[in-house]
Amino acid sequence: MNTETTSHQKYYVPESSSIPIVFAVAMLFFGVGAADAVMGKGTTLLFIGIVTVIGTLAYWWSVVIRESHAGLDTPQLNTSYVYGMAWFIFSEVMFFAAFFGALFYIRTFSISWLGGEGPTAKGLAGDLLWPDFEATWPPMITPEESLMGEQAITKGPDENMYLQSIGSLGTWLPLYNTVVLLTSSGTVHFAHMALKDNNRKRFNFWLGITVLLAFIFVILQALEYYEAYAHLGLTISSGVYGTTFFMLTGFHGMHVLIGGIFLATQLTRSAGYNHFSDKEHFGFEAASWYWHFVDVVWVCLFLFVYIL
Amino acid sequence: MSAVVENHDHHDDHHHGPKKGIMRWLKTTNHKDIGTLYLWFAFAAFLLGGAFAMGIRAELFEPGLQLMDPIRYNQLVTMHGLIMIFGGVMPAFVGLANWLIPLQIGAPDMAMPRMNNLSFWLLPVAFAILLSTAFMEGGLPGFGWTFYAPLSTNYPNVAYFVFAIHIMGASSIMGSINVIVTIMNMRAPGMTLMKMPLFVWSWLITAYLLIAVMPVLAGAVTMLLMDAYFGTSFFDAAGGGDPVLFQHVFWFFGHPEVYIMILPAFGITSHIISTFSRKPLFGHSSMVYAMVSIAVLSFVVWAHHMFTVGMPLVAELFFMWATMLIAIPTGVKVFNWCATIFKGSITYETPMLFAIAFVVLFTIGGFSGLMLAITPADFQYHDTYFVVAHFHYVLVPGSVFSIMAAVYYWLPKWTGNMYDEKMGKLHFWLSFIGVNITFFPQHFVGLAGMPRRYADYALQFAEWNAVSSVGAFLFGLSQLLFLYIVVKTVFAGKKATPQVWDGADGLEWTVDSPAPYHTFDVPPKVK
Repeated sequence: MNTETTSHQKYYVPESSSIPIVFAVAMLFFGVGAADAVMGKGTTLLFIGIVTVIGTLAYWWSVVIRESHAGLDTPQLNTSYVYGMAWFIFSEVMFFAAFFGALFYIRTFSISWLGGEGPTAKGLAGDLLWPDFEATWPPMITPEESLMGEQAITKGPDENMYLQSIGSLGTWLPLYNTVVLLTSSGTVHFAHMALKDNNRKRFNFWLGITVLLAFIFVILQALEYYEAYAHLGLTISSGVYGTTFFMLTGFHGMHVLIGGIFLATQLTRSAGYNHFSDKEHFGFEAASWYWHFVDVVWVCLFLFVYIL
Repeated sequence: MSAVVENHDHHDDHHHGPKKGIMRWLKTTNHKDIGTLYLWFAFAAFLLGGAFAMGIRAELFEPGLQLMDPIRYNQLVTMHGLIMIFGGVMPAFVGLANWLIPLQIGAPDMAMPRMNNLSFWLLPVAFAILLSTAFMEGGLPGFGWTFYAPLSTNYPNVAYFVFAIHIMGASSIMGSINVIVTIMNMRAPGMTLMKMPLFVWSWLITAYLLIAVMPVLAGAVTMLLMDAYFGTSFFDAAGGGDPVLFQHVFWFFGHPEVYIMILPAFGITSHIISTFSRKPLFGHSSMVYAMVSIAVLSFVVWAHHMFTVGMPLVAELFFMWATMLIAIPTGVKVFNWCATIFKGSITYETPMLFAIAFVVLFTIGGFSGLMLAITPADFQYHDTYFVVAHFHYVLVPGSVFSIMAAVYYWLPKWTGNMYDEKMGKLHFWLSFIGVNITFFPQHFVGLAGMPRRYADYALQFAEWNAVSSVGAFLFGLSQLLFLYIVVKTVFAGKKATPQVWDGADGLEWTVDSPAPYHTFDVPPKVK
């Protein structure tokens, strides 16, 4: 560890490296494989792609960690990582913004126009095309179903995930999920405080609790999906409600899983390899930022997908 | 662990040259190498996309179907758009950013050199996936570069298109994070934000736009993928969605994307006009504020691409006024360029010719843009060749001319050799004449009602279409001259001085020509 880190130290420009080009080739396998899989042409390439992508990334990050321990990370380089992570999270925010935007558009405009509301030609068209479709949220009957009944291809769900539909607070999974995730935002903060106090035991404890909560969330979410598919007749193709419900909660759930693995990696680094000090622990801090971001997304989801 | 540390020890003196052979390019972490890769990739895409355009113009040379069936024609139009935007203009600007930003702010390299290399190599990967559909049943995408649903959701091979776009997006986002972090974190001491060269400023804003909207494009293609293969109803009215939603999501990305392709051109033009007028740029800080305003406004004008889709009146009005507002900061920029030229001691080297043509022809494109912004008028112009003429005026003699200007302007710095001035001027005049013959008549046929994106057209449009095609072949062929000039300059030419141009000002002109492999290991002091 370099103790004399002053700002006139040279910025570390790494030697030429084979990691990026290997990663790019892995992405070729991943991209073609994913498209193949989606189109039903087999999953071999996708599997190779996923394994090589994860392997290369893990190796890449391990190199960065070793470089950091070799004292190559000047404060200026650390600042680059801090800014880089912040802008990466901004890009993630915009990704979710696209899906929330779609949800708001569908709820505000498309459903009411299909139901024949509004002064525009679209409202008029909705009245003519789907005379029996009523603009409600969530739509339990799709426009097609309102016209064709049982013959419709896209049918609405039998039940939805709103509290009114589930009936009792005690069996309403999203509430548990909210408690779990909000608590975990607190525990990751306690872990950060402990690290700043240089108390590794306490750090590992709180970080461990956070990782545990992350995986509890994922399990509860999986349980919710199982309930939806098995008992509520709610699937990803249950009209636009099923679409927005599964796409928003699904992408969020994926991010929780990634964030959980991110945090678990930091836990392994601390508990297994004694990484991090009270001053230098950006790997952990980045994971905790990501975690808070995932938490904020959930609060929005809870409001707009489960309550309002 | 030891491997890394050893590497570093050898590396400390930092002044060795590049590796030999292909490995230099595959494994490089050097911003100059990566800039060169981007620029050559863009040039190749420019020629390929150009070849597709030649196919389009050959088919449209006279009415009727001569060379291809309409499906093939649609594929050419689609691939021309995708290749020129994602393979030509954007990578060319990223290549310039890689070469110039570290040199202009006095940084040793980009902030994250390995990620920089990855950003580049993901591009050939993405295009390989996209083009691979040419060899599949169903063929290349033919739904236009805007891939409107539900046409795209019912198209063969769309999954390959979707993942190709995802990978291009990842490349753009990583590249942009690198640019922003480099600019925010690696400026030489003393270089305050307002002292930053305008090309760097333009890229700071562009990178911000890219990080904001590339994820939205990713969202759009994801929704498309889900609708096409997993039974969701985002864009399907039968399930409660709306095809118009696609257009909103797409253009929320698409409009800032348009400015992504022009803001760096503003930066380049500012440098070149100032140099060859031998005057400091008029209104440096107002240029910055104008670019920031344009970037902010770009987020609230998207629906002017879809005035005829049946939006509520209040939306039509809002997007009309917001769009017209953009004319104000753009006017500030054009005014500043003119004021810089005013009473300058001007010489007309090739970069200056391209820059002046940029100002004039981009302004023409801007004016037709104002016409299109007027909602009731747009009901007439929408999806006619007037729109094609408009956006080609801002993209070809706009963005592409600025890229050519930049290549001529900085080529001596990159290669150490001066290009052949006579040949450069010849290339300029051929391009200038060719581009105007190609696109100006498209205003006429557009106003007369010729719709875009058809392989055939009504007889009354025949003359102007023939003229347009002749212009296109002239423009296309003269780009081979450009290729020849660049290649020749790489290998030979009059040796360039470090300053290169006598009016040139900025850190990049303080290092040797060609710029050494590593520059500014120790940051320079900026007064």
